Amino acid sequence: MEQNQERKFIVSASPHVRCGRTTRGIMGDVIIALIPALAAGCFIFGPRALAVVAACISSAVLAEIIFNVICKRPHTIDDLSAVVTGLLLGMNLPASIPVWQAVIGSVFAIVAVKCLFGGLGKNFANPAITARIMMLLSFPSAMGAAAKVQIASVDATASATPLSIMASGELPSQSLLDMLLGLRSGALGETCVAALLLGFIYLLIRRVITWHTPVMFIGGVFLMSWLMSGSLELALCQVMAGGVFIGAIFMATDYVTTPTTAWGKVIFGLGCAVLTVVIRKWSAYPEGVSFSILLMNILTPYIEKATIKTPLGEVRA
Amino acid sequence: MSLSKVFGGMTGVHVPHRKNTAEMPAVRMPAPDTVVIPTVMHIGAPAKPIVKAGDKVGVGQLIAEAGGYISAPIHATVSGTVKKVEDIVLSNGRSAPAIYIASDGEMRPYEGLEAPNISSLDELVAAAKASGIVGLGGAGFPTAVKLDVKDTARVDYLLINAAECEPYITSDTRTMLDKLDYIERGIALLKGLLKPKQVIFGVEKNKPAAIKALKQRFSGQSDVKICVLPSMYPQGGEKVLIHNSTGRTVPEGKLPLDVGVVILNVTTLAELEHYFETGMPLVEKTVTVDGSAVADPKNVIVPIGTTLEDLFNFCGGFACEPRKVLYGGPMMGTAVPNLEVPVLKNTNAVLAFDDYDAETPAETPCLRCGRCVDKCPMRLNPPAIAKAFSQNDGAALYKYRVNLCMECGACVYVCPAHQPIVQRHKLAKTMLRAWQTANPPADKPKDGQAKKKGGDR
Repeated sequence: MEQNQERKFIVSASPHVRCGRTTRGIMGDVIIALIPALAAGCFIFGPRALAVVAACISSAVLAEIIFNVICKRPHTIDDLSAVVTGLLLGMNLPASIPVWQAVIGSVFAIVAVKCLFGGLGKNFANPAITARIMMLLSFPSAMGAAAKVQIASVDATASATPLSIMASGELPSQSLLDMLLGLRSGALGETCVAALLLGFIYLLIRRVITWHTPVMFIGGVFLMSWLMSGSLELALCQVMAGGVFIGAIFMATDYVTTPTTAWGKVIFGLGCAVLTVVIRKWSAYPEGVSFSILLMNILTPYIEKATIKTPLGEVRA
Repeated sequence: MSLSKVFGGMTGVHVPHRKNTAEMPAVRMPAPDTVVIPTVMHIGAPAKPIVKAGDKVGVGQLIAEAGGYISAPIHATVSGTVKKVEDIVLSNGRSAPAIYIASDGEMRPYEGLEAPNISSLDELVAAAKASGIVGLGGAGFPTAVKLDVKDTARVDYLLINAAECEPYITSDTRTMLDKLDYIERGIALLKGLLKPKQVIFGVEKNKPAAIKALKQRFSGQSDVKICVLPSMYPQGGEKVLIHNSTGRTVPEGKLPLDVGVVILNVTTLAELEHYFETGMPLVEKTVTVDGSAVADPKNVIVPIGTTLEDLFNFCGGFACEPRKVLYGGPMMGTAVPNLEVPVLKNTNAVLAFDDYDAETPAETPCLRCGRCVDKCPMRLNPPAIAKAFSQNDGAALYKYRVNLCMECGACVYVCPAHQPIVQRHKLAKTMLRAWQTANPPADKPKDGQAKKKGGDR
């Protein structure tokens, strides 16, 4: 009894067990899933690609630290979300981008798109996508510049992006295998489809994301391109060109800015696909993935509302 | 159906089973020196004590009468002398009188016990009432009220809840293995009086021995079905089990009987039959004692009112310093403040955890990852409810039906941000009730306005 008096029990609400997943663990999984594509990018575009990504990550992390200090908010760096944002933004930039522009984009993503809305979980738009669009509008020449593939065996003269070639209705000069391996110009992390698919499989196995959005997005772009052009090869090139894979797998599946319901994810992915094809075909921009994801981010609350599940046994008044 | 399965995913979570004690037949614990029997061990009105300090009692003697229709009588669980009747604080924070009995160590049954004579539904309900039996799966709802179906034409299914989906707990498993005769005779009796079209046992598939035993025993009865269900928490939740084993959905505000189902926990059934045969009311419970801090985990048959201190001592005390002690399983169990609290009628497990298991992870911001939405067995949307709650928006809370939350904790289990979703839902229910009082449903224009406001997200 004597000993009993000293015992202090924790009295907390149920449940008393958790599955062990954390925000940090999920972000860590996303980083791991991006590593193959990052490695491929560095291999294809040379060490400058790594420098761009490093600049983006460090400036994103630093921006979040400084913002939290200035606003007297608890530090949030160890949830790794700033690292993911910096990494994703870096991988969506051409390897030739001036470092100061990459840093501006990164700070914009963290401060303007995420922190000013209240931090992780409160932002309505994907920080990396929004920052990329900001840079596309602010630094059009640097963003549009097609970084040359740095591998000797590849014809270095073929430097125009496949999308700008396809916009004129022709097939790109790269073979389908080159497209799959990413031996083409473009953003440093978006070109190697094979590596991105590896990341997709990892995320599915780890149950970080579900198949709904990526399959609907990629499948939608493929089917629409096929139906509109009648050419299977062109449709395959359309899907593998630009940022469809990195966008569909890593950006359109961002938890914060996309629907939580399974049907919502399907609608989100299809919407992205339609907008991407429309922008590619009829707008002044050769690429539409970023715009389509941002536009669908804005529609997310409405999709969410439309697809909310009916509670079991609900009786409507 | 298949499409909704593909797109809707599975509802429920895979929790670790940890049925460490499934192979251990329950052992009877000797009478403790003192038992503490609260008058609230059920849902409904407290029982009214009818004994006073100094009274001699025998095992099974009535010591408190039912306090209303939804209530249950309470019986002495040891023989000896009533020490005092005094208020104690229950685990829900309220206080209620409790009857303290000093045991004489003889466990002498009360002389006045006799088996009831049951030949009609009314006699069945009266006997169930007198037995003091309440929902032993954990809910503690008076069983007599459930059996009081008035008209047997309403009963399509007699559903026996043997899912036992909480980790660690094996007391129902032991009932199915050790008290199968009582189960069989209980089913025969209830079949005759309730006249269900079918009897269904709902069992999670992680209990192969119990499933085999049930299948063998009931193989000759075509109207008894052993429904083997995936081991998916909360399979044993009443509405979930009804939905998964009969395909029927209990509408909000309605009872299982409204969709033709009488549902009883398997141990409740065995205890009922035990009372019908012997006249000995509910005085003891099989309790699973387990958890990382327990020296010698086992299933124990223990007099109701035994303190957890005595119960743990019977199980070899603690292997290490306990940091958290629970009534019930880790998903829905209640953490207790000390070891002086007693085993209740609806206690099916007592767990003690070490430092590592007792740790509660810190809350981080919601990511809207949707895991809670995926896993909610009631198909609720916790992020939407959280938003409505933060905005004190009763209309939206009604729209998102927070009242349907059964607090199973599947959402919290999978939440990577460790959000206190269940706690929030409890508070939101109170907020919703206040809003409903202020906005009666008959008020049509307000309802329309409410819908608009609720949709504003």
